[in-house]
Amino acid sequence: MAGMTMTEQILAKHSGRARVEPGENVWVNVDILMTHDVCGPGTIGIFYEKFGRQARVWDKNRVVVIPDHYIFTADEKCHRNVQILRDFVKEQGLKYYYDPEFVTLNPGMPSPYKDPTKTNYKGVCHKALPEEGHVRPGEIMLGTDSHTCTAGAFGMFATGVGNTDAAFTLGTGKTWLKVPPTMKFTFRGEIPPYLTAKDLILAVIGEIGVDGATYRSMYFTGEGIASLTLEDRMTLTNMAIEAGGKNGICDVDEKTLAYVRKRSNLPNWEVPVEDPDARYFAEYEWDLSTMEPMVAKPHSPDNKDTARNCSGVKLDRAYIGSCTGGKITDMIFAANILVGNKVKIPTYVVPGSTEVHQDMKTLNLKGQPKGPNEKSIEQVLLEAGCFVGPSGCAACLGGPSDTFGRLNEPLQCISTTNRNFPGRMGDKRAGVYLASPLTVAASALTGYVTDPREYVSAPIETGIAGVV
Amino acid sequence: MQTIITGKAYVLGDNIDTDQIIPAQYLSYNPSDPEERKYFGMYANSGVPEAEAGLPYGNIPFVEPGRFKSEYQIVVAGKNFGCGSSREHAPLALAEAGIQCVIAEFYARIFYRNSVNGGYLLPLESVIRMVEKTNTGDELEVHVLDGYVLNKTRNIKFEIKPLGDVLPIIEAGGVFEYAAKSGMLK
Repeated sequence: MAGMTMTEQILAKHSGRARVEPGENVWVNVDILMTHDVCGPGTIGIFYEKFGRQARVWDKNRVVVIPDHYIFTADEKCHRNVQILRDFVKEQGLKYYYDPEFVTLNPGMPSPYKDPTKTNYKGVCHKALPEEGHVRPGEIMLGTDSHTCTAGAFGMFATGVGNTDAAFTLGTGKTWLKVPPTMKFTFRGEIPPYLTAKDLILAVIGEIGVDGATYRSMYFTGEGIASLTLEDRMTLTNMAIEAGGKNGICDVDEKTLAYVRKRSNLPNWEVPVEDPDARYFAEYEWDLSTMEPMVAKPHSPDNKDTARNCSGVKLDRAYIGSCTGGKITDMIFAANILVGNKVKIPTYVVPGSTEVHQDMKTLNLKGQPKGPNEKSIEQVLLEAGCFVGPSGCAACLGGPSDTFGRLNEPLQCISTTNRNFPGRMGDKRAGVYLASPLTVAASALTGYVTDPREYVSAPIETGIAGVV
Repeated sequence: MQTIITGKAYVLGDNIDTDQIIPAQYLSYNPSDPEERKYFGMYANSGVPEAEAGLPYGNIPFVEPGRFKSEYQIVVAGKNFGCGSSREHAPLALAEAGIQCVIAEFYARIFYRNSVNGGYLLPLESVIRMVEKTNTGDELEVHVLDGYVLNKTRNIKFEIKPLGDVLPIIEAGGVFEYAAKSGMLK
């Protein structure tokens, strides 16, 4: 009998079976259910409608509510939606809720937090989930957001669901899943200084297409993946959904375990290990030494090209942020290119979480605690002329028209975000180029799509950034 | 479940993602509020670039400005319909606008699952691509269980794939009703 992939092992264990086969439908027990301000109100509505007004969630310690999408906007419906989450959390006695306390029912734009260490607000859910200890190997997480697959970087099965599915799980702790066949992506060699995981995943999506992994699991492995920081692995699994993948998953190693040991708010977990004789739907292999900095041109994440080939493309704006490209290591990559230079086009920076924002204030360019005479990452970005906003999803998905960095005109933008279908960042006539933080920073300096190899010669150290 | 669906087709291309189906700026409406829910119908498909809105002509509004319902009942599309975000507002918006079924080559899985589990609309798959052989405005007659679509305007018949695994959930009306029927929910 053939072995099982990590994904198959996790689904088997959570459905009480010794093994599962791709294509089987199984009912699984869910470990964590996450929702946010965009999909929470609808989920809560369905939960009470279907289970009754007196219904209780299946486990108040396993539901995580993280407002992150529409926080810094004057749209009063958005403030009201945060209040719906607050009321639900209180009524149900939920343990894990991260409140943007500065959002009130008063009209107008909420004032952002002054100090990222002194707010309960955490920023983007996919970044905050591991930071706050909700991510563990071997578990199943569902979230009402397609980028929930990010948590697969920690060796868990994590996938996005809609409101109805989330409401069902809220009441029962269960969901039905079709066991996906797995596609294996092996990366040989070590990550060179001019590449980040963003280049790898853009190459993968460009190769297989935006529907290339539909209904399938994407397993990322090889010494190339082992050489990535945990945060960079999150960039890979984060964008599994951009190939249509059900989940993305990475092997668990010491980097993973060190992080989870430090952060997890539960003491135990089981580490799944890919069986050497597991079966794959397809296998792909790349050699990192031969790969180039990539972009996805408008209007699809699979519209791949090399940054070098696009060097004639004139840009109006650069954007560094989101669950995909707003982590502290992404900020360090960008800052190392921008340091001592001035951006030529408006460049918006949005920390992925308030912890990232805090680290931007306390770490130096090498990802170490900054000395008294050293500049912080945030200082470097500000001195380069970037606009730095408060953490959150912000303009990655456009959002309300007053969202920080939103493309309200048909601009050409290069961005570290995840999706560039028409209208994703606002105006549907705008063109978005997806790229790594290195490429976005280099492009911000020239005003044209720019290969970062012109600016990176030595490896960029990220120190303790994002490590534990 | 309605087994024969008739109505006018609205034709879209490939990779119609959820931001095109319902742009993010409208997600502040609460779908659980009956008054606010109607606005998802008003803005359904409003993110589709004008040139691709209502193929093969383009520039055809899916919902006339100021209205909550579309004059079309069936969406015909190409590959990977509903890719992108997990927002359930996408099938909900189409259903609010009056869409009863989508016929695409295939779907992004979260959109498909939301359509089925939430009982919003039928996500049907055509055996061959219908996009270039159907014009926006054509009158269609969809025979869900018999597995075909009749284009009455052009007198062409297209095969559709069986619903398979999800048919019992669709017949029950959604995942809650299915689970209740099968004894999972008390």
